[in-house]
Amino acid sequence: MNFFLRIIFLLLVIKSYSQQYLTGKISYINKENQTINLEGVSIFWLDSSVGVISDQNGFYSIPLEKSTNKLVFKSLGFKNDVIIIGDLKEYNHIMTEDLNELDEVVLSKRKNTIQKSYFKTQNIVNVSSEELLKAACCNVSESFETNPSIDVSYSNAITGVKQVRMLGLESPYLLITEENIPMVRGASQVYGLSFIPGPWVESMQITKGTGSVVNGFESISGQINIELKKPVNDAPIFINVFRSGMGRNELNFHLNKKLSSKINTIFLVHADNNSSIHDNNYDGFLDHPTFNGFNLFNRYQLTDLENGIVSFLGLRYMKNDKEAGEDAANLKLKRMAWKSQINTDRFDSNFKLGYVNPNIPYQSVGFQMAYSTHNQNSFFGIRNYDIKQNSFYTSFLYNSIIGNTLNKFKTGLTFSYDDFEEFVDSNQINYNRIDKSIGGFFEYSYDNLEDLSLVAGIRYDIHNTLGSFFTPRLNLRYQPFDKSVFRFSIGSGRKASNIFSENQEIFSTGRTINLVNRNGNFYGLNPEKALNYGLSFRQGFNLNNQDGDITIDYYVTDFDNQIVVDWENQGELSFYNLDGKSYAKSFQIEVDYSVSNNINFKSAFKNYNVKKQYNSGFKQNPLTPKNRFFMNIDFFSPKNDKGQQWKFDFTYNRVGKQRLPIHADQSLYMGWSPSYTLLNTQLTRVFSEKFEIYLGGENIGNYTQNNPILDSDNPFGTNFDSTLIFAPIIAPMLYIGVRLKL
Amino acid sequence: MKYLFVFLFFTTSFIFSFQKDDPKTVNSTIKVSGVCEMCKSRIEKGTIKLKGVKYANWEIISNNLSLIYNSKKIKLDSIKKKIASLGHDTDKFKAPIDVYERLPECCHYKTSSIH
Repeated sequence: MNFFLRIIFLLLVIKSYSQQYLTGKISYINKENQTINLEGVSIFWLDSSVGVISDQNGFYSIPLEKSTNKLVFKSLGFKNDVIIIGDLKEYNHIMTEDLNELDEVVLSKRKNTIQKSYFKTQNIVNVSSEELLKAACCNVSESFETNPSIDVSYSNAITGVKQVRMLGLESPYLLITEENIPMVRGASQVYGLSFIPGPWVESMQITKGTGSVVNGFESISGQINIELKKPVNDAPIFINVFRSGMGRNELNFHLNKKLSSKINTIFLVHADNNSSIHDNNYDGFLDHPTFNGFNLFNRYQLTDLENGIVSFLGLRYMKNDKEAGEDAANLKLKRMAWKSQINTDRFDSNFKLGYVNPNIPYQSVGFQMAYSTHNQNSFFGIRNYDIKQNSFYTSFLYNSIIGNTLNKFKTGLTFSYDDFEEFVDSNQINYNRIDKSIGGFFEYSYDNLEDLSLVAGIRYDIHNTLGSFFTPRLNLRYQPFDKSVFRFSIGSGRKASNIFSENQEIFSTGRTINLVNRNGNFYGLNPEKALNYGLSFRQGFNLNNQDGDITIDYYVTDFDNQIVVDWENQGELSFYNLDGKSYAKSFQIEVDYSVSNNINFKSAFKNYNVKKQYNSGFKQNPLTPKNRFFMNIDFFSPKNDKGQQWKFDFTYNRVGKQRLPIHADQSLYMGWSPSYTLLNTQLTRVFSEKFEIYLGGENIGNYTQNNPILDSDNPFGTNFDSTLIFAPIIAPMLYIGVRLKL
Repeated sequence: MKYLFVFLFFTTSFIFSFQKDDPKTVNSTIKVSGVCEMCKSRIEKGTIKLKGVKYANWEIISNNLSLIYNSKKIKLDSIKKKIASLGHDTDKFKAPIDVYERLPECCHYKTSSIH
């Protein structure tokens, strides 16, 4: 609590330091001699980055600036004015119409926070930072709860980490990139998304099915690209404080600075901590780990539009220490307590350079380079897992046209180098591996600007352990009518499976590990290879003067080879190459509708048919709900004169029954988990452009799994298991947070 | 041998990339009358589909149409003529009255202002 009080105090101090404001009203006089209030006028201090926009009644309020007293008024269709303000605290301005010197377009329609385009060839959903705010807590892995394209599940009862899935497949089958650099992979597969603080994210692009070949061959069921805050676009200072009823504290601080007319920098600081201990289900184990962590990111942006150059340089470091296991202090144990620690640190650096020929705008060149080192040391009872990955990635991309801009192409080279060092399990078996690959790609896109577009790409990669191979991918879009669009995609993907890193929950069990095949290049196993194809149809409609749309998706992933992770036998976990069929078929129907100008409604039904050949038979994937139903309502009141507003958000999730692998302690479920309902909600009060408070609850329907840790009395025995998790472990969690933009 | 493959992928692209020095490729900016997004779409679509036109971008606010085209394949006057035939005035060619009249309401640039 102390932590929280200190933060509140800090905020109050900052608040009282805050500058004084100049306020006023902006209007113009029309041809009929009436005075009309002007909305959307940009008001900013000359040669400074401080700027505001007038509201629908023409009111504005801008902090006084010491360095200048010249205020600029700018609006589309009006003459720009520069006014010397002097000591005034209030100033009303009258603009003059001017239709000859227009130099800026201001569009002021509220955008949907999740956007699906009719015109993009690929099935891409764009998620804005505003949408991310709806899931107030806290990192990217927790931010998909209001998004029907991605499912979130829990991987084990010890670490509480959430796993994302798309089209019925787990996150290792997704290519997760950060600004088009492959990021959450290898050693960071399980925790990677949880190490990206939500407030750092500017937007996310989710591609369903086969995407582009540009970022590599690894994506199988889809791609998620995360765009982080850019120095040029962000507010000068941003502060966010969060506290949950389960004792979690989060602090975010962003500082944005202009270094010269071309160079901007941003510092992003994030800290989190939870030292409170909860065991609400009385199994002797902590319901969530205690942790301490911080992330630092400093990036520079060079923008030289005259010469067509944009460049980024970023340096980043994160550290996170988690502790979980038995609550030794409160249990009077006669044996050794089962404890777990996961300590991670990671350093990232990247450099990007983009050049657009100012005379030939369709020609551009991009270069990027990234280095990271990821280090995880962990133990779970007497089992051990350490992994270190050094990674280097570079790519070069060239864009141009063939004939005219209806025919574009992208071509380039990628090079990647990964060096893994692992120490696995109680006997500390050492696995070392180096993956090197160089690849070239060519992607052609055609758009007739009307009803047809396509993206056809192929890449050829030479990989030291996967071999040399082609990866072809095709996306087609056909839009026969204004509001009807069909999309088809087909393409292949492959990856080297990091079996221990991807399935780390194995160490929080007493299961013995069986590695069955012994001749392949990865732990004796072969690379995974699959073909993904799918069809999507979207139909827009207008009902009661409000827009809506229906989307129907059907995607199939067919595995040529897969590493079968077999939990079927109690007390053991086996990894082996697929011998037979494996597929994931996903069907989704989604309805989006704006009930009124202030209410948006989203609903989705999803059916997953994910089956593969196990040694024990052809079965549905365990812990994968066959059916899911999702509903989200968001409401926002109109902004009043002072920019005050209410926002409300409510999500309903129905999770269908899931097949459970056999375990004697779960026999009462008869092999299938019960279906259940999850409810989340959030309320935000916007006090001004600069200050807002939010309050929310997760799992407010209070559904939890009764006995999440099996054989918790004998954590060192072979029947001990914390991975057969189908529902939340934590009862309703309430949280409160503050956001401050200065 | 296989590295040659990757290399080939890459170098083929540069065949296309030296258009800058090509004397036939001309950059030009002309005024085209119009007022809205629909005008923009009509002007750009009509222009880019002409043989020899590589790039066309029309700005609503300035009414400037930026063009890059191959002067061997098409003359600027024929581009202007084509745009006029779609209903948009250029400096040299004016749109036929009947075509202009048939444009959607929002595109009537002679009577409405930029929106």
